[in-house]
Amino acid sequence: MNEEEILIFGPPKKIKEISFGVLSPDNIRKISVKNIVQADTYDDEGYPINGGLMDPKLGVIDPGLKCHTCNSKFGECQGHFGHIELARPVVHVGYAKEVYDILRSTCRECSRVLVPEERILYYEEKLKEDGVRTGMRQTIISELINESAKKKGVLKDNKCPHCGTEQIKIKFEKPTSYKEGDKKLTPADVRERMENISDRETALLGWNPNASRPEWAILTVLPVSPVTVRPSITLESGIRSEDDLTHKLVDIIRINQRLRENLDAGAPQLIVEDLWELLQYHVTTYFDNEVSGVPPARHRSGRVLKTLTQRLKGKEGRFRNNLSGKRVDFSARTVISPDPNISINEVGVPKFIAMELTIPERVTGKNIERLRKLVVSGSDTYPGANYIIRYDGMRKRVTDITRDILAEEIEVGYIVERHLLDGDIVLFNRQPSLHRLSIMAHEVRVMPYRTFRLNLCVCPPYNADFDGDEMNMHVPQTEEAQAEARILMRVQEQIISPRYGEPVIGGSQDYLSGAYLLTKKTTKFAREQVDQMLYVSSINTDLPEPIIIEDGVPYWTGKQLFSLLLPPDLNIAYKSKVCKKCDVCEGKKCRHDCYVLIENGKLISGVIDGSTFKARSTCKLLDKLVKDYDTDVGRKFLDSVTCLVLWSNGILGFSTGIDDEDIPKEGLDVINKVLNEGKEKVDKLIGSYNEGYLEPLPGRSVEETLESKIMQALAEARDKAGSIAERYLGMNRGAVVMAKTGAKGNMLDITQMSASLGQMSVRGNRLHRGYMKRSLSSFIQDDVNADARGFVSSSYKKGLNPKEFFFHAMGGREGLVDTAVRTAQSGYMQRRLMNALQDMSVSYNGTVCTNDGVVAQFIYGEDGIDPAKSTYGKAVDIDWIIHKNLYQNKEAE
Amino acid sequence: MDKVNILEHKLVSKHIILSIEEEESFLKKYNISRNNLPLIKTSDPVIKALEEQENILLKGRIIKIIRPNSPAGEGIYYRYVVE
Repeated sequence: MNEEEILIFGPPKKIKEISFGVLSPDNIRKISVKNIVQADTYDDEGYPINGGLMDPKLGVIDPGLKCHTCNSKFGECQGHFGHIELARPVVHVGYAKEVYDILRSTCRECSRVLVPEERILYYEEKLKEDGVRTGMRQTIISELINESAKKKGVLKDNKCPHCGTEQIKIKFEKPTSYKEGDKKLTPADVRERMENISDRETALLGWNPNASRPEWAILTVLPVSPVTVRPSITLESGIRSEDDLTHKLVDIIRINQRLRENLDAGAPQLIVEDLWELLQYHVTTYFDNEVSGVPPARHRSGRVLKTLTQRLKGKEGRFRNNLSGKRVDFSARTVISPDPNISINEVGVPKFIAMELTIPERVTGKNIERLRKLVVSGSDTYPGANYIIRYDGMRKRVTDITRDILAEEIEVGYIVERHLLDGDIVLFNRQPSLHRLSIMAHEVRVMPYRTFRLNLCVCPPYNADFDGDEMNMHVPQTEEAQAEARILMRVQEQIISPRYGEPVIGGSQDYLSGAYLLTKKTTKFAREQVDQMLYVSSINTDLPEPIIIEDGVPYWTGKQLFSLLLPPDLNIAYKSKVCKKCDVCEGKKCRHDCYVLIENGKLISGVIDGSTFKARSTCKLLDKLVKDYDTDVGRKFLDSVTCLVLWSNGILGFSTGIDDEDIPKEGLDVINKVLNEGKEKVDKLIGSYNEGYLEPLPGRSVEETLESKIMQALAEARDKAGSIAERYLGMNRGAVVMAKTGAKGNMLDITQMSASLGQMSVRGNRLHRGYMKRSLSSFIQDDVNADARGFVSSSYKKGLNPKEFFFHAMGGREGLVDTAVRTAQSGYMQRRLMNALQDMSVSYNGTVCTNDGVVAQFIYGEDGIDPAKSTYGKAVDIDWIIHKNLYQNKEAE
Repeated sequence: MDKVNILEHKLVSKHIILSIEEEESFLKKYNISRNNLPLIKTSDPVIKALEEQENILLKGRIIKIIRPNSPAGEGIYYRYVVE
């Protein structure tokens, strides 16, 4: 509100409550500025007809004209309602069902509710007591309606308990007519009955007598919406094209006129009824053009008209499209690409976007010089400013011509809309926004070229990759919004997922395999390499003493370098992901170097891999850094470790190739033998089945038993083949390093490449469909052998034979279909869940309740624990606390 | 066939009737009224069984329900008995 408005309307008021009701005829006339009687819009000269549907009193839609009611200009006047006096009342479709409920539960003679006085009292009492809840209120009301409606024609004693009149059953003929027995009730009859219902009893029927009366559901006056709601469009050819609503109103007025003329002339009943029904049709379709049982009103061209209900309803309706979802200013969208050298907190913003999006900054004594400089540099050079705003709200565009004058003009109290600068906070989002982490706050880092740049560690929460993904950016405009975003939404605050209490932001792929190579026992770096690595990962400390000295040249181990990233008081021990899972763990003496031991911030033993800082997994270290130290510590660790690992990867080199899947001849022979043994076992099973020896498993038929035993035997054979292959696959192979460290893939994938693919399946069963009683025409019918049912003994490396290839394609197709179906289903489920839960909140008493105060959970999650602040879903991690205290005590000693 | 006491069935959560004093202190603790509570009908089999066992009418009372199978150990709920 500006000062002028405050002078006219007084200070802004607070809305205490809103009550909804039905518009009364008196009210319709009261808000109306004109009785509309002409079914026309414009005359031949193009002027609006007085008393027509485009009456100048209804508002302005042409720029330059003034409203005849409020005298304001186009854009200022929101329009004014008119009205049509209907010659005969008609039913409002939206209330047809409610009108029916009232008709069937009230007496045809005395209009009282058809339950005895004591029941009325009973219901009144109940409404007062339990009706506080919206849900209960509805139940009580429909209970009463059902009880009273039963009397009509169903019960033997269908007399009104108040006046004794016999009741006749009322039928509702959708959408808008009612029949009492065989006689049709006209809207006028209906209205008369409802007028007689007492206020007390309307309350019982669910109407608030202070706000609305049931007879108002039968229209005697029709409001005519302002022209601003239904503006006519002037086409290029100069022909005016009217809005659908205007067309509908024209129909209503025309029929209304004819009905009135006929009534005045005393026309026969039949004609009047026909016209009356026609009027009902037009009014019905004016409100809703998709009522079942009514042919939709059409445009001359045959197009179905879009009337009031259609404007509001559905995905393209006013609610979902314009109110729940809006187009916004100060936003940008472009393709994303990776940049491992920026912080996880940052987002690289292209310069051309930074020059378009602005942040309003108020001029103060402290920043006036800086802002003046920005204004001087104008809007076409970066960094600059696009607008300045005077105290009185006047906006002035900064252009090449005006920039010097404007820079001179600004003084304390002005607002400068300056370009985005490094360090500004923005919201970054990728659709589908399925969880909280889909929108996070980043710090701006202005960069050349045309894409948003993103640190790779924040890909998992957005579920982003760089195959053409686009993302959106929004710029918070007020200081409050910026502060709030920075404190609550910044990326580093979201490292731990609120869903399962583990990091969602963390290393993946190269970072994990690289960390393994970096911290392997054999890795060592010379002085200049160490200097480079520490420089790129912005580690600013003194070099530790070199551990290895060969020929007088000092070398540093990868473990030493990694230790520089850790807080000096960190003590932790865990097994790394590459752990061989020996029967007896040898602790820090582990010969595979898999026992990670960190003492006083020094990595003593163990290699760093997925179990240290992999995103979306139970990682031991990152998790502790964030929870026990600070999100800042966690962020710095991630920022540094990624740079360090990438650089060391550059030095050490890492690759994978087809020879990673090589297995020596003797190995392949053993694998083949194992697979053949499996097949022989299957043959034996089939043999014993054919001879009838096979014992059925409990609850299964013999055939099912055979099938499950065959599957078992084959799975066993494949697993054996896999583990034999694994024996030959050491950590000197890139593919194995990737699988074991958690960088990409798993050992199953590698054994499929090197040993055998194993059983192909569709819906959990072996392949059996395709031809009659067989999977392919080259097999005999009912052959249940391994080969005939989709067992692939070849490996990807060896290559598949045609039959195997086809089986593989069958299994692969199922996977594709599954993912497609799953996303569609889960999307719809998500929408429904969101709509059901959106108003739930944790209130001050600790309960989770709906917006009307009904409790859903007495403690959030039944334990009141925030997973993001707890460890592994538990309130306290006792082991960890004991561990920490033990170390502290040791120190003290 | 013998009538089964459903209250003893292992799949039926423990239902406890709050005494009038407990009700008051409970409502005070959470600063809510009965109308904010979830409901349970008198026609609910557990309520019927409880009424029979205790030989009192439960309409208008508050029932405490302890559910054992919660990820958090035990879930405690309160319900307001209505018709």
